[in-house]
Amino acid sequence: MLKLQINAIKSVYDDTAIINDLSLSLENGEIGCLLGPSGCGKTTLLRCVAGLQELAGGEILLSEQTLSTADYTQPTEQRNIGMVFQDYALFPHMTIQQNIQFGIPNLSRSQKKQRVQELLELVSLPNTEKRYPHELSGGQQQRIALARALAPKPDILLMDEPFSGLDVELRESLAREVRCILKAEGITALMVTHNQNEAFAIADSIGVMHSGKLLQWDSPYNLYHEPKHPFIADFIGQGSLISGSVCDCHAVHTELGLLKTHLPFGVQTGEHVSVLVRPDDILHDDDSDWELEVVNRAFRGSHFLFTLKLPNGEKVMCMSQSHHDHKVGSKIGIKLEMDHAVVFQSQKTVCLLE
Amino acid sequence: MVALLLTMPMWILVSFVFEPTNENWQHLTETLLSEYIINSLWLMLGVTFGTLLLGVPTAWLISQYQFFGKGFLHWALLLPLAVPAYIIAYTYTGLLEFEGPVQSYLRGVFSTQTVNAWFPEVRSLGGAIVMFSLVLYPYVYLLSRAAFSNHSQQALEASKILGAGPVRRFFKIALPMARPAIIAGLTLALMETLADFGTVQYFGVPTFTTGIYRTWTGFGDTTTTVHLSLILLAFVLVLMLVEFWSRKQAKYFATNTSGHAKSRFIQLKSWQSITAFIFCLLPILFGFLLPALQLLYWAITTAQSEFNAEFIQLIWNSFFLASVTSVVVLVLAVFLVYAKRIQNHASTNYAVKIATLGYAIPGTVIAIAVMIPLGWLDNTLDTLMRDWFGISTGLLLSGTLFALVFAYSFRFLSVALQTVDSGLNQVKPSMDESARTLGASRFNILKNIHLPLIQTSLLTAFILVFVEVLKELPTTLILRPFNFNTLSVRAYEMAADERLADAGLPALLIVLTSMIPIIILSKLIGRNHA
Repeated sequence: MLKLQINAIKSVYDDTAIINDLSLSLENGEIGCLLGPSGCGKTTLLRCVAGLQELAGGEILLSEQTLSTADYTQPTEQRNIGMVFQDYALFPHMTIQQNIQFGIPNLSRSQKKQRVQELLELVSLPNTEKRYPHELSGGQQQRIALARALAPKPDILLMDEPFSGLDVELRESLAREVRCILKAEGITALMVTHNQNEAFAIADSIGVMHSGKLLQWDSPYNLYHEPKHPFIADFIGQGSLISGSVCDCHAVHTELGLLKTHLPFGVQTGEHVSVLVRPDDILHDDDSDWELEVVNRAFRGSHFLFTLKLPNGEKVMCMSQSHHDHKVGSKIGIKLEMDHAVVFQSQKTVCLLE
Repeated sequence: MVALLLTMPMWILVSFVFEPTNENWQHLTETLLSEYIINSLWLMLGVTFGTLLLGVPTAWLISQYQFFGKGFLHWALLLPLAVPAYIIAYTYTGLLEFEGPVQSYLRGVFSTQTVNAWFPEVRSLGGAIVMFSLVLYPYVYLLSRAAFSNHSQQALEASKILGAGPVRRFFKIALPMARPAIIAGLTLALMETLADFGTVQYFGVPTFTTGIYRTWTGFGDTTTTVHLSLILLAFVLVLMLVEFWSRKQAKYFATNTSGHAKSRFIQLKSWQSITAFIFCLLPILFGFLLPALQLLYWAITTAQSEFNAEFIQLIWNSFFLASVTSVVVLVLAVFLVYAKRIQNHASTNYAVKIATLGYAIPGTVIAIAVMIPLGWLDNTLDTLMRDWFGISTGLLLSGTLFALVFAYSFRFLSVALQTVDSGLNQVKPSMDESARTLGASRFNILKNIHLPLIQTSLLTAFILVFVEVLKELPTTLILRPFNFNTLSVRAYEMAADERLADAGLPALLIVLTSMIPIIILSKLIGRNHA
């Protein structure tokens, strides 16, 4: 069953479109994540779902009930949604107990108490109910914010950059923990972030946004391996684009040789295209006769990332084990480990670069 | 050192604590003291109620909603600050007294007896409370508006999502979170209430300030005056502690407003919009427009007889005094701020803190405090000079403008200090360091880096002090040299002589000048918000 449906929505601020013709939907219990650079409109999208922002077009439905259209915005307080804010927005003048039970004023005192206990157990912070937000660490505040959002059993949970205030080491582990909690409770959630590791750690489906548009809504695996837009190829993971020309509908000719591919719709034979090459597509092999010059190298602890120059001057990246230390200027042997290449039409790439 | 010298009068005052009391004091405690205390408490209670009623709802409306005329109301709600309490008291007395237009009109509609029986006396404790509330609520408005729009915005959205309606949001989230700021604004209003002399004197509501003035000018009894001042200071001290505490609380309630701090206003529907507009317009109407119009009317009707060479002399006196004081205060403030910057010792910081205490201390008390040591110095000097050279120097310090400028400097230094300090805070220490690594001399740094960056705040500080001096009544009244008149004293004297209309011209001039910093400051605040 579809829980959240966002159909062709448009949002305008000061006459500029922040979100343009964006659609997506979430199944019951699915965790979705919007990924994109700052200013791409992802937070605005969350605020539209929350009802904090009005729509200029399209519609938003939750459990098949209309929340927002261009003419109608159901008041936020009547929507039964939960939201975790970037800086948590815990009420500083209330205890943890009071914070969590704020959204359930109609329960009896004992029911409230019980619900707070349950939630504190759930977020692994039992016995903190009498404390004040400022007495807790950032990570703990973040879990309380989650508990507070979950208290009224919302139809959907929205999270706005929920981990950005935390230490880098903590982010991913907490993201995985939150995923476990949400899955255990069967909660549908929509998160926004600019950090792909967080997105990969938490989400079932990820959408990449750019300039108010949703470029692709897909599984994390597909986003990495089959990006539909050069921006996504660039934004997610590492890689470089090299030029190529289409041989036939199954192969494209490049400086790396003939690569197998699924051609995107509308690409003609003989057309010049851009081909995405990931660092893990090119493996370092000392026994290989195929040698390329190292023009840059970066030590990453567990591996080396070499930048190699192709005969025509284009550059590709290559990953190798960290004990393979080669100097800049030397030549190293490589072999291809590519299932099939991702190809973009050249105009699309040009559009992006502009 | 400078700070200590400036505050010396206060220490002298405090040293009187152990001075034995005399029969005047005895008389006072038996009769008037309890009246002073009770009146002061009633005033404080009434003003608390009045300023909260006017300040908090308007701040809430302005910070949360979008409605008709909001852009204007946003800063116009500060305008009553331009009207000193004693001046608004004169205008309402003129409007509402027995011969005034309102009562005359009502007598025409109803019978004279009904009006006489039911019409409240303006010149009373209740009247004073209303006057103070009308001109002092902007303190509460300003601070609670800042709290509503900065601190609680995120929390308000969070509570909205958790299903809280507008009423619950206001009482459970916004109000408790803004409470420290509201209290801070309230204490400022109450300090002004306690410091007031002109209004309570004119309304015949005996309080500490009038008592101090009376014992000083009437009996010339230093000890009793000082004892009264000390009790008043105790009241002020309590308020200062409350203010200090609530500012600390406010800091702790302030959540970092990173990310989406852009507040979005809720659009009010047509009739709601008009209601909100009228509600916010009322305090401006009664606190500024009506009094200003009355003053304008008086000024126009009396301009022919009042606007003469004497009046020009009056303007010159006031503006000269205000300019001199502003320059002195500015120099002191810059000196102290740089002292604090260059040697960031605990003692320097402490000295700067002490120097800012002056603002909380009522003008009457400061005047007395300055008078005592300067009078003593004058006498000593005079005696010495006579003994040695046979010349009488007379009142070289206490009877001249020196005393006035000294007292003003102490009272208004904190205004300038805060402004200059916040201006200099924009100049990061790393800028100095980078300029020095680039080979600039200290003078060069001051001229080319600091001055351009802080000149706006210097100007702001100048205007603020200028206006404060212009408005200040009791200090001027007590310390002015013989035959030296200013606008505020003139207005006071005319009103005291029951020549209200003649007070109109000087009062109007004060109000108009006082509008300048309010308009400038609201522009500055507006710019910071954008």
